[in-house]
Amino acid sequence: MDLQQQNKLLYARAGFGISLGDYTNPQPVDQAVDRLFPKAVPGALEMITDQEWANNSPNALKEMDDDTERKEMRKAFNQRTKDMNLLWVQAMVDTSFPLLEKTALFWRGHFATRINNPYYDQKLLDAIRKNALGNFGDMLRAVSRSSAMLEFLNNRQNKKQHPNENFAREVMELFTLGRGHYTEDDIKEAARAFTGWSFDGNGNFIFRQKQHDAGEKKFLGKSGNFDGDDILNILLEQKQTAGFITQKIYRYFVSDEKIDEKRVKKLAADFYESKYDIAGLLRSIFTAEWFYKDDILSAKIKSPVELLVGYQRMIPMQFADHKTVLNVQRVLGQYLFNPPGVAGWPGGANWIDSSSLVTRMRLPEAFFKSKELDLSLKESDAEMAEAHHEPVTADSQPAKPFRVGRADADWSAYLAHWKEYKEEELPQAIAAYLLPGPLSRQQISQVVSFADKDSIEEYIKSLTILFMELPEFQLT
Amino acid sequence: MSISRRKFIQLSSLASASLMVPEFLKGFEYRQAPILNKSNKVLVVVQLSGGNDGLNTIIPYRNDIYYKSRPLIGIKRENALSLTDDIGINPSLKTVKQLYDEGHVSVINGVGYPHPDRSHFRSMDIWQSGSTAGDIVTSGWLGRYLDHACDDCNPHNAMAIEVDDTLSLAMKGEQGNAIAVRDINRFHQAATNPYFKKLSAHDDEHDTNLAAYLYKTVRQTVSAADYIYDQSKIYSSTQSYPDSQIGKRMKTIGSLIVSGSETQVYYVSHGSFDTHVNQADRQNRLFEQLDTALAALVGDLKQSGRFNDVLIMTFSEFGRRVSQNASNGTDHGTAGNMFFISGGLRKPGLYNDLPSLSDLDNGDLVYGTDFKQVYATVLDNWLQANSQDILRMKYEHLSFI
Repeated sequence: MDLQQQNKLLYARAGFGISLGDYTNPQPVDQAVDRLFPKAVPGALEMITDQEWANNSPNALKEMDDDTERKEMRKAFNQRTKDMNLLWVQAMVDTSFPLLEKTALFWRGHFATRINNPYYDQKLLDAIRKNALGNFGDMLRAVSRSSAMLEFLNNRQNKKQHPNENFAREVMELFTLGRGHYTEDDIKEAARAFTGWSFDGNGNFIFRQKQHDAGEKKFLGKSGNFDGDDILNILLEQKQTAGFITQKIYRYFVSDEKIDEKRVKKLAADFYESKYDIAGLLRSIFTAEWFYKDDILSAKIKSPVELLVGYQRMIPMQFADHKTVLNVQRVLGQYLFNPPGVAGWPGGANWIDSSSLVTRMRLPEAFFKSKELDLSLKESDAEMAEAHHEPVTADSQPAKPFRVGRADADWSAYLAHWKEYKEEELPQAIAAYLLPGPLSRQQISQVVSFADKDSIEEYIKSLTILFMELPEFQLT
Repeated sequence: MSISRRKFIQLSSLASASLMVPEFLKGFEYRQAPILNKSNKVLVVVQLSGGNDGLNTIIPYRNDIYYKSRPLIGIKRENALSLTDDIGINPSLKTVKQLYDEGHVSVINGVGYPHPDRSHFRSMDIWQSGSTAGDIVTSGWLGRYLDHACDDCNPHNAMAIEVDDTLSLAMKGEQGNAIAVRDINRFHQAATNPYFKKLSAHDDEHDTNLAAYLYKTVRQTVSAADYIYDQSKIYSSTQSYPDSQIGKRMKTIGSLIVSGSETQVYYVSHGSFDTHVNQADRQNRLFEQLDTALAALVGDLKQSGRFNDVLIMTFSEFGRRVSQNASNGTDHGTAGNMFFISGGLRKPGLYNDLPSLSDLDNGDLVYGTDFKQVYATVLDNWLQANSQDILRMKYEHLSFI
């Protein structure tokens, strides 16, 4: 693999695709990898200030006596969840450190919550982004104390007299060990240790001493008067935790296909040795010799968000209707802050069925050629937009089909770049830039036969759109 | 022209067209796909999204607790359509009541599962995946049915159709998926544009696994879109389907069944039944839409002599609480009822007793029948499948089919 291809693969996996600038000036891998990591902890993506929340929290709403006012407030609140979504997507589009957002997206699926509370969501996202490239233990502790997760996994209901095991179970099954590495008794004992972990009206963690079971617990072969922190520490002491996380990371950044057990084992051992340094793990992957082998090419299906962000980073565009950004996520099955379940998005081949693939292949025409693309959301998807207990009024209609909006695309930089090429070089060169692996001569000539040759600009545009419509464009 | 005649002409024109294209260009993969089972049985699943209130669907109008729990939204005895001395059905379900009297409806009461979840999303996942509340399963019960039923054919083309733009978990298998089509003409137009059609003839011999998988999906999509489109031209219904969303979707289902499409499973959603506020207006309106759509569908099925081969099934992710709330609505609850409509039922009528209104779990009904027993019955007795493989557990059968 030559340096340009190496850079292209690196930026595809560590980010949302390579820019034309980086593609034209590829750097030695070590240097390119260095540039991926931000030097400072990222600032928060803030949609709701603490003060705003204090004024509008459910507690404050309860005290309001005017029904109309309350309704207005709730509506504004729903809007904020969508705004949070848009804000984060925009951050992915604009960032100079795509690895940070790409990794945060991974952790947001790993630590899945679906609570329709924009403020708690914002706080959890902040905890995740701050630790996304930091230390896994720190992130696990921060997430376990977050109002979003404690709410989603019912730990407020986990009390000394009436334990609720949901949180304790998922901490092991989904966050650390994975299935089959603990017993039902371990869950019961861990649930006891997490009794009293709760949060206040402002979404700040509180430990409710009175609800806590301070007695002795037996957990994973140890015994003591464990509390929640002890349980998390014991989980981090397990090598299996490093193995489980490394395997998931490998799947996310390297391959949807068969896991190479030997590589993962080595990476996991180093990850454990480093006391869970996430940046170190990613650096090992992106500088590994095996990462730049041909069998890694095309071994991943782009997630819907990755696809959407990739378009926008490649060709700057403004959607005529910003709801397009939300609706595309919904129809393709990755609606941020609304994962399908506790286990996050399953990913890989699960992204693809007949309808989602056809929709994916029709997006370029909808975005760039105003070709109409009407799609309807399911009732349940439409409801997701409503706050958790937002009453559905009697006159609400079934969700109407929406149109994937036209994008006002700025092709100027893109066209200027390709105009430097000779016409006959264009198909091959554009394909090499846009697609993960090589195309056959026959495939390229087939695409060319459909291209618009009216002018050089139209030719470049139509080649680009046609390549984007190929199934291969869904791969990375 | 008779249907069989029209179909004959349709098929012969297709056959002659395919003779003229070289072998590798043939996108018509459905030709090689065997019909899934020879019994010719069809299942139509109607999902009532949002949590339908079972107690105002099948109404215990002699039960004082019912009216005490629902002083304002309880359906009065004189308004309910009478099924038995003790039990009535929602007044908006007029056709269903009529079919019930004809012996073509079986109602299973108190259907749910252990450790019920009151979240729409989680509970819907549990129902659609056909799993227990503690398991996270990323495939659906009907998708896995296709995996098993279609061992040596190309899964799955148009064997299972969801009339919608996106595919539900229920219809996703581990090896392949059903297809989602809301508007047959539009889908056909989109999936078979000349460029996509050309792509579907792509030879993926040298592709990576994932690229080959995507091309295979394109090929199946194009062939299924062609097949469904052709089928939809064979028969046009004379029934008057209502102009509602569910009406249009039922019409699609009706015309494909009558046309003799090889499709075995249809899936359609209707809602939202999430009646926290002013329940009566909303539930009645949704039921009326459903009822008139069913009337037209059953009309088509009877007219074409297919009613005995088709089983229509309704379900919802949960029922609602026994007591009404302060907004003349009901909040998320547990067990609900399932309807089965067909000309070929073994045991029509009320299949079992309504759940007790006095023996509640925290104000919620206690389920009596696990929905997976119902699935097992449908899979084994209607679709002639092996439910144990599909549901990964043996469930006791019911005897309604």
